[in-house]
This record gives sequence, structure tokens and C-alpha cells, in this order.
Amino acid sequence: MSTITTGVYSRTYRQDFLLRRTWLERARLALVLLAIAVAPFLLSVYWLEVATQIAIAAIGAIGLNILVGFTGQISLGQGGFLAVGAFTAGLTAIHTGLNPLAGVALAGVVGAVVGGFFGLPALRLKGLYLAIATLASQVIITWSIIHLSFLGAAEPLAIVEPATVFGWTVSGTWEWFWVIAAFAAVAAVLATNLFRTGVGRAFVAIRDQDIAAEAVGVNVAGYKILAFALSSAFAGVAGALTAYRDTFLTWESFTFEISILYLAMIIVGGLGSVSGAIYGAAFIIGLQAFLQELGGNLQGSFPSVQENLPAIQQIIFGLTIVLFLIFEPRGLARIWQRSKDYLRLWPFRY
Amino acid sequence: MDIFVQLTVAGLSDGAILALAALGFVIVYKASGVINFAQGHFLLIGAYVLFAAIVDWGLHWVLGVLVAVLVAVTLGLVVERLVLRPLVGQPVISVIMVTIGLTYILLGIVLLAWGSTPLALPAFIPSDTVGILGAEVGENRLWAIGLVVVALIGFGLFFQRSRQGIAMRAVADDQQAALAMGISVRRVFALAWILAGVSAVGAGMLLANLTSVSLDLASFGLLVFPVVILGGLDSVLGVVVGGALIGLLRQYSAFYLDRELSEIRIGGIAENGITGTAELVPYVALVLILLVKPYGLFGQHRIERV
Repeated sequence: MSTITTGVYSRTYRQDFLLRRTWLERARLALVLLAIAVAPFLLSVYWLEVATQIAIAAIGAIGLNILVGFTGQISLGQGGFLAVGAFTAGLTAIHTGLNPLAGVALAGVVGAVVGGFFGLPALRLKGLYLAIATLASQVIITWSIIHLSFLGAAEPLAIVEPATVFGWTVSGTWEWFWVIAAFAAVAAVLATNLFRTGVGRAFVAIRDQDIAAEAVGVNVAGYKILAFALSSAFAGVAGALTAYRDTFLTWESFTFEISILYLAMIIVGGLGSVSGAIYGAAFIIGLQAFLQELGGNLQGSFPSVQENLPAIQQIIFGLTIVLFLIFEPRGLARIWQRSKDYLRLWPFRY
Repeated sequence: MDIFVQLTVAGLSDGAILALAALGFVIVYKASGVINFAQGHFLLIGAYVLFAAIVDWGLHWVLGVLVAVLVAVTLGLVVERLVLRPLVGQPVISVIMVTIGLTYILLGIVLLAWGSTPLALPAFIPSDTVGILGAEVGENRLWAIGLVVVALIGFGLFFQRSRQGIAMRAVADDQQAALAMGISVRRVFALAWILAGVSAVGAGMLLANLTSVSLDLASFGLLVFPVVILGGLDSVLGVVVGGALIGLLRQYSAFYLDRELSEIRIGGIAENGITGTAELVPYVALVLILLVKPYGLFGQHRIERV
């Protein structure tokens, strides 16, 4: 809510159900949809690839935000759950030739089951202990991929069959962008609506004060597991989309660093905000792509920059996290909100 | 029997180094309740600074160690003052993430200064082999165990006898009461980070001496988590026991478990046998301990509803 909105006044139930209330909000939504629709015609192939990656990351980040931002359970294992989804989809594509849509759904379900299983420590543990338990889940999942032969065992898994849905083969950068953007949009709508239901409210209650939540009848243990399962289901879908798009799977895309990357997205974007997760995904992936491109451009004039690019990327990434936490712990979502307020009230401060 | 002795010595020396690194972690956690994910990267800094001092600047190794300790003190102070202090009172996730952010900055600095190729540290601890119970073991491993024991006794004396050490224990016990007694909690926090830096850098130097100076030292540092969870997050005794247990578990599983499992053929799942269990076992132990005894072997039990 912004500063001058003093409340939400609805006169009918229909009004109360609306996600977008003002014409400005609807206009903005239309603009975003238009931008997604025309993006393939305006962006270069490189940036279109980046936009696709952002859309995939947004799905995973929204999922992680359900767990970390809304339910308050820290997870350092999102990379592992992405891997679960990706390898589930990869194996179904290779061994069964199932419809990719079914593969994605299956990846979501398997992700949810595995996530729920690794969420079990949440029944006895809180905060720091839980974070370390999820770190273990990440290590265990990565280890399994490297050392068990049916998961490829160190060699990349290749999906030969192109993704074909009802006779339409998804191919080319722009088709993939639209497909994945559609998935991301569905994920965003699902997550937004989740927090208008009792389940979502229960999650937020657990985050804010778990004892009070239990006192008012929230099944804390059950909802914690559910939050883990839901979050991993989103991760599973994101992983499956990566698998079908890249047709090439290795454990290296799902390391502990990836888990950190996703945590960074929701911290930079804003904990406990669906749109924040999307901003964060765009910011982090975009920043990496930008630095990559910058390094490529500087190759001629400053060879030393190109040489040290990995190191510089690490430092900038670390600084981004640290500075956001120190100066704007509520992330880009909060900055966006503040700048809107500033514009609306201009020239007055408040 | 030979192999068993060798594995035990290797495991104990690994464990001793882990215990030293984990000690700094526990000190910070006890004093300020911060989980320091950057402990592994402090290890890295220690090893690389020692390398720079000895090889690049040609200093004697005693001076090199002094330089590394000095860097550790500065690092601890700077991190506490600039990064952790603004976040006092913030949620757990912020504090965890800020130390993770720190790991990237430290890693980037190491990459900038020394690149990613492993470097060989000239041996400054004798590395001949000696016979124990008929087995040949590296002398440097025995030295590592001995030095860590000395360091742990030093830390123990500091906490038992010195004014600052007792102040730190007071803060760990009850921050409000310590404040009321006129103890500067800020100084205790700073001191905790300095000690964390020094212990990690010490561990890094010993580890670099056993293996090589490389970025893998940081992933070895990640093993402090199984150690502290096994021993109990806030227990100094637990660090020693947990370190030894994890060190031994790793070495034994690298040999015995791999030997057994690499013979197993499970059609479709593990056609070529299973190897590399040493990477997995510490974390499986971690999960089991968390499920069975969440506060570790020696950790303080807190009664809270989850």
C-alpha cells in the first residue's frame, strides 16, 4: 500500500475480488503484457535469451519467496529443487516420450514431494538450524546427480526429442520466450492469489508469530511442510522448463551458488512480495548478462578487465547483496513503492 | 591396520583443523547470534595471505604467519564494523545473507589477486614420514594436530583467565546483565569477530600446508556446518568432538565405504558402483543429528515450540 491510500473501500464482493483496482494499475498491466508480446521483435537474440532466463528465474524466485518471504522458513536448497524438476523432466522426456506439458506437471509434483521431504526438519527446527538443514539437502541432491548413473553421473543428460505440444514444436528463441513468459505469468497469478486464501494467510501468520498462529488454530507443522512443497513445486516447474529449453542437463547448473543466486533475487527484489521476486530475478540475471556483455565490449581496449571479469562479477554480486541488506532490506519492491509515492505527491514530501 | 592408523591420523588432523575453524564460528555465534557463512572464506584468505607473504614477498615463515594473523584481525574488525553492526536486530535471513554476500566479495578479491590456479605453499612444517604402530604417517599431520591442540588450550585459557575472555562469556550468557555490569558489548562483538578471523586464518594456514593453496579450501570450510551441528552450535567442547568425528568419518568413508559400495551394482541406478561418499557422509550425519538431537551432542537445550 502506498502512503496516501488509507484503506481499500469495496462496495461489492466483485470489487473485493479484483486484483487490480484502479485504471492506472490496469494500464500498467496492459503495458507489461504488451512489452512481453513485442519484446521478441525489439530485442537482440542475446537479450531475448536473457529475458527468457529471467522468466524462468522469476518462477523459481516466486516459489522461494513463498517459503522464505511469506512463511519465514529459510531455504538454502532451491538449486537442488530446481535440479529435481529438471532431471525429472529430462528423464521423462528421454525414457517415456510423454507430452512436455505432462513432464512439466510431473516435475512440479516430484519437486513438491522431494521438497516436502527435505522440509521435514522444519517440524523440529527453526531459523538457523533449518537453514543449515536445507544446505544439507542441496549437497545431498547435487551429490546424487554426480554419483548415481541413472541421473547421468557427471555426464550431461541430453534430451534429443524437441518439445512438441499437440503437434506444435516449440523452437526458436522467441517462441520459447513466449511460452516461458506465459508460465511465469501463471506462476505470478497463482502466487498472488495464494495469499488471498486461507492457506496463504496461514503462511504469513506462521512467519509473523508461529505460537500465536498455532493458538488461533493454524496447523503449523502441516503448513510448514506445505510451504516447502509449494516452493519446490515452483522450483520443479522452473527446472523442467530449463530442461526442455536447453535440452542439455548437468549438475553444474544447480549448485549451491544457484541457491544463493535465488536467495539474492528475493532479497534484492523484496522479501514477501510476488512482484519483488520478479524484479529481483530481472535485476540479478540482467546484471550478470550486462556485466558479461560489458566485459565482451571492453575486451579490445582493456584486456585486463576481460581477464578479471569472473572476479569482478563475484565482487559486484557480493556487494549487491551486502549493500541492499544494509541500505534497503525491503528490496526493489519497496524502492518502486517509494518512487511511486514520491511522484504522486510531488512537489510535496508528504 | 597400517591403513587404519593412516586414516585415523589423517582424519584427526583434518578434524583438528576443522575444529579450529569451527571454534571461530561458535565464538561469533555465542557472542552475537550470527551464523557466519564466510568462515570458509576467512580460511581462504589466511592461506593466500600466507602464500603471498612467504612466496611473493620472500618473508620468513614466522613473519608470514604474523602478517596473516594481522590481516585476520583487520578483516574481523572491518567485517564487524561495516557489515554486521548495521544489521543488529535484523531478521535471521538478512544476517545469514549478508555473510553469504561477504563470501562472494572475499572470493572475488582472492581471484583478482591470485587467480584460480592452485598454488603450492613451500613446506614450513616438516613433512617427513614417521612410523606409528608400524604405519607411515606424514609428520606435518601430527604437527597440525599438535598446533591445534596448543591453539585450543590458548583459547581455553583466554576464556577462563583473561578479563576480556570472561567478559565474552558474560555477554554470551546474558547480554542485558553484561551491559548492566559495564561490559562493552560492542567491544565483545568486535573481539568475537577478530577471534573468528584469527582461528579461521590459522586453520587456513595449517590446511594450506597439508594440501595446497586453492579455492577448494573454501568448500572445506563449508564443513564447519556439520561440525558445529554435530557438536552443538554453542558448545566449545562440541567443536572439538564434532571436528574429530567429522574428520574421521570423512577419511573412513573415503576408504572403507567407497571400497564396499564401489562393488555394488544396482541396475539402472548405480551401474558402476558408488564412490565419493566422503563428500556426502558429513551432510547425511548432519541431517540425522538434526532430526534426532537438534541441539547436537553438547549444545545448550532451548525449550521452544517449533
